[in-house]
Amino acid sequence: MRGAISVRIVLLHVAVVAVLFLLQFVLPTYHHGVMARVMVLAVFAMGYNLLFGYTGLLSLGHAMFFCAGLYGAGLTVYHLDWAVAPAFLAGLASGLALSVGVGVLVLRTTGPAFLIVTLMFGQIFYLLTLYFAEYTRGDDGIVLSQAMRRLQFGDTVIDLTNPANRYMAAWILFSVVLFITLALVRAPFGRVLIAIRENEERTRMLGYDTFVSKLAAMVASGVICAAAGAAYALLFGYAGASFAEVHFSILPLLWVLVGGAATVLGPILGTLLMFYLVDYSNDILNAYFQGWNLSYLGVVGVALVLLILFFPKGLLGSVRERWVKWLP
Amino acid sequence: MSFPFLLLATLEGLVTAATLALMAIGLSLVFGVMRVVNVAHGEFFMLGAILAWAVTTAVGGHPAIGFLAALIVAPLLVGAAALASERLVLRKLHYEPEATIVATIGLLYIIQQVALTFYGPDARPVVAPFTYRVALPWFGYSGYKLAVIGFSIILLIGTWLVLTRTRAGLIMRATQYDRETAQAFGIPVDRVYAWVFALGAMLAAVAAVLIVPIQQAHYLMGHDPLLLSFIVVIIGGLGSLRGTLVAALLIGLSDGILSVFYSPTLAKIVATSLVALVLVFRPQGLFGKTAR
Repeated sequence: MRGAISVRIVLLHVAVVAVLFLLQFVLPTYHHGVMARVMVLAVFAMGYNLLFGYTGLLSLGHAMFFCAGLYGAGLTVYHLDWAVAPAFLAGLASGLALSVGVGVLVLRTTGPAFLIVTLMFGQIFYLLTLYFAEYTRGDDGIVLSQAMRRLQFGDTVIDLTNPANRYMAAWILFSVVLFITLALVRAPFGRVLIAIRENEERTRMLGYDTFVSKLAAMVASGVICAAAGAAYALLFGYAGASFAEVHFSILPLLWVLVGGAATVLGPILGTLLMFYLVDYSNDILNAYFQGWNLSYLGVVGVALVLLILFFPKGLLGSVRERWVKWLP
Repeated sequence: MSFPFLLLATLEGLVTAATLALMAIGLSLVFGVMRVVNVAHGEFFMLGAILAWAVTTAVGGHPAIGFLAALIVAPLLVGAAALASERLVLRKLHYEPEATIVATIGLLYIIQQVALTFYGPDARPVVAPFTYRVALPWFGYSGYKLAVIGFSIILLIGTWLVLTRTRAGLIMRATQYDRETAQAFGIPVDRVYAWVFALGAMLAAVAAVLIVPIQQAHYLMGHDPLLLSFIVVIIGGLGSLRGTLVAALLIGLSDGILSVFYSPTLAKIVATSLVALVLVFRPQGLFGKTAR
């Protein structure tokens, strides 16, 4: 049956997850740390992809959902001494509440207005993190100490500052979200989202309530992004207002575009490639062009323009178009 | 809240409103005619300010000479940069809404990087062309700021006349109204787009040259004006010029008055929320007509 999850699709995704699991045993220390971070950020990108890639809604305010999780988890641990598990749930709950609230409002708009309104809500969120600097400590941010980042199950205590545990936690989160995304986009719900992206009017005429579907997509996307944010705060021990800036809404857009919008594996691929591209290009450019003040945002800008001009479907989008038609 | 205080806040608000109107008209033109949301508009503003600094520094003598030179040279250079990016990027994307948004985000970062590389991270002042102070009964007020208001009004009227009374304006409006019919009547839509994009950027650059003696030139200065212009264009109704003017006055004044009396962050939060809600509940803007 077309659209259902076939055996080869399951095998492909299991293989990707398995490779990521095995990588932790062979990667050198630095890349081990990078991989853990990339997997968490890829979750953010997967959340973004659900709305941008599948539903066709370009949001420029997704940093607020990431930060809802980041602060939802970070502040409860920092100020209320919550344990890691409830704090993570608090992060998810903040993401849920914010995405329902914002979604109901912004989904009344379409086209360019949607983009601008999401940008504004993102900006309001950013300004609020600065305004409540008493709790969030604004741009400096809050740092969660090692003692605050212990996950406790009965008698066993897992220290999330330990690189091996951190990698495992990131891997588990990534895998869960990957399979949730896969299930969502292959389910009838995902098909409706794609139909909305292709032609909303026609989808409505077929009898679907497109507003409800879009809201559901927004909420799923928001909660996934919040999960990434909460995990980021708990695993890397830092929550600052810089994550709420507009750049941080544009980065997932870039990652998704690189990997291929509306592909399940695109976000992780895009995040991985862009992370290393920015990392290396910074080193190389600064070595050869000293005193030129090159920043990673310049690289991001060039990447965005070149991608949209010459490679608008992204890596996996092109692969799907030419060779592997069944790629979800 | 005494009267002199309110007067001062109003004057400050008018300065903001005047330059904001110039910038927002540029954004509104580009959106109206080309249906392109130009996220890089703020960077054309920033580029104008930085070029104004470069020109005034290069031209010696009386500050007024350098300033006048900047007022001519900076917008032309910015227009050329906009023209180049329109031809090299936006045209190649066939003005598809999502693609152009992504591309202009990319342009935003590229222009910022270029400014950072060649201009550096410092904020630099430009000397005002004259330092005459108007003596009001309560306080002295910068004559230059009043001149900015006056000059902006003249420019806005000029733009208005060009759009409503000339052949070029007619062509632009025809393209805005219905692109395909305009093409069928022999209007070179492709070239109209290029010039409209350049014109929009030039208006932002003029606003920047005017503002730079009041506020220093810095490579990140484009961010806030961009958001404000978005706000203005939305409140006024996307693509509606008259609405844009009224909204610029409204937003500029309230921004000036709010930030005199309240914390700037709080003022921004309140203003942005209000506007976001306007857009949510009246997507066509306060003055716009319902979409056809």
